[in-house]
Amino acid sequence: MPIKIEHMSHTYQPGTPFKSDALEDIDFTIEDGDLLALIGHTGSGKSTLAQHLNGLLTPTAGRVLVDGQDINGKDVNRRALRQRVGLLFQYAEYQLFEETVYKDIAFGPKNQGLSGEKLDRRVRAAFDKVHLPPETLEKSPFELSGGQMRRVALAGVVAMEPEVLVLDEPIAGLDPKGRDELTEIIHELHRGGVTIVLISHNMDDVARIATKVAVLERGRLAMLGTPREIFSRGDELEAMGLDVPQTIQLCRALRAGGLEVPDCLTGEELCEAICAAKGVPSHA
Amino acid sequence: MEELILQAENVSYAYEEEAAPALRDVSLGIRAGEMTAVLGHNGSGKSTLAKLLNGLYAPTAGKVTVCGMDTALDEYTWQIRQAAGLVFQNPDNQLVASIVRDDVAFGLENTGVPSEKMPAIIEKALRAVGMLEFIDRAPHTLSGGQKQRIAIAGILAMRPRALILDEATAMLDPKGRQEVFSVVERLNREKGITVVWITHFMEEAARCRRVIVMDQGKCVMDGTPREVFSQAEKLRSLRLDVPPMVALGDLLRARGLNISRDAMDVESMAGEVLKCQ
Repeated sequence: MPIKIEHMSHTYQPGTPFKSDALEDIDFTIEDGDLLALIGHTGSGKSTLAQHLNGLLTPTAGRVLVDGQDINGKDVNRRALRQRVGLLFQYAEYQLFEETVYKDIAFGPKNQGLSGEKLDRRVRAAFDKVHLPPETLEKSPFELSGGQMRRVALAGVVAMEPEVLVLDEPIAGLDPKGRDELTEIIHELHRGGVTIVLISHNMDDVARIATKVAVLERGRLAMLGTPREIFSRGDELEAMGLDVPQTIQLCRALRAGGLEVPDCLTGEELCEAICAAKGVPSHA
Repeated sequence: MEELILQAENVSYAYEEEAAPALRDVSLGIRAGEMTAVLGHNGSGKSTLAKLLNGLYAPTAGKVTVCGMDTALDEYTWQIRQAAGLVFQNPDNQLVASIVRDDVAFGLENTGVPSEKMPAIIEKALRAVGMLEFIDRAPHTLSGGQKQRIAIAGILAMRPRALILDEATAMLDPKGRQEVFSVVERLNREKGITVVWITHFMEEAARCRRVIVMDQGKCVMDGTPREVFSQAEKLRSLRLDVPPMVALGDLLRARGLNISRDAMDVESMAGEVLKCQ
């Protein structure tokens, strides 16, 4: 189920002195099976774009086509179409409200009309995917740590069984272990067949798990490509105020110093490249 | 002996509603002019330590002193807060006025500084954080990194000895993070302000002179970045990472390359790799 974004623009408060163009002429397609990382400086329009993908915002110009149908079209079942795209907001743990984790996860599917055993299966399947200790299911979400609450919120979206999952800075503010765990959960959901749109500032993670990277700058799509293609344009990224993974920064510094190594995205890859360039024999 | 600006002696702290204490028998001294990073996963006691070190909380047991003043004694409360300022994580929760100038003035007004002296102090504080040109702006029009720098200026106006920052960059984007860290680094270097930098970002900790690691309310590691980050296994068992360049250094040394353990950032690692045979 590809999402096709066609010449989409969004203007906040049009026709007023406070008018501001948040997105301008965005045009690209999110393909089935992508893990698309959406990166950009704060205010570049990432969250605005994310909120168009499930119809939460309506474009001022252009269209968003889910499976070929305009999600804001008059003759389509908009509600059903939008439910196929799940959105996890920034700091989603602040939106938990039920008495138990179970009830919180059940809230969405229940609104979809599920009940009884079907609902129960759906809740448990979603809960399994976020790797929380089993006993937390009957706890109050407010007894959990921030990172665990974030995962409950994610389970609530996963329980709707969306085909595309849009995650707005899901690891922001977590500790390193929490970041790793959640990144792994996202990676697993992707391998399980869910198309993912991931907004992130953590370039090391983006380099590791994304299949594609889209870079927004001041509301425009500045770059689109594989992580390797994008991060090899480090100078341009830095000019936009973005981080480049440290491995890539080192590759650039080494080349500037006369050691020919290709751009590497992981430490292991870079270690091999340095050993090869220095003529160190391989382990095998 | 160097002067201890902040000192904790056998300090424990328990929140009323929690069974387990957040801090258990912690003793440490922060020397004048030091820039110390405090690491630890969520719930390890880092934030509680921050709030004890500027007297926001009084210890349940033990003693905390700020420039020699006991934080448990009410008579010192104002002097302590003035001597050790605290910056919090969320940039939107600590600015109070509708114009930057008034926000920086807020603390000063409470300390009885004559009003004719205020403008000069405010301007100096804003200049120190590179925000003077924003003096007449409304805080809500600023970026997260800029807001944090205003919060720091508000503290600087009080002429503190120490600055305690509790994950002050956690909610910022990379550019904002860099801005705030650089400003604090410079205040430490040029003005000799003692800094306690609580963070989740290992690369920030690698740039401090000393690193303290907290776990389950205890101080479990304390040393130079090199000493702390060379114990990768121990850090991982404490749910922490090592900075990417330190991890790469380990891989390269395992392959027989002669890379110094002091190479913890991109620049020094590049130098090491280029010069080694």
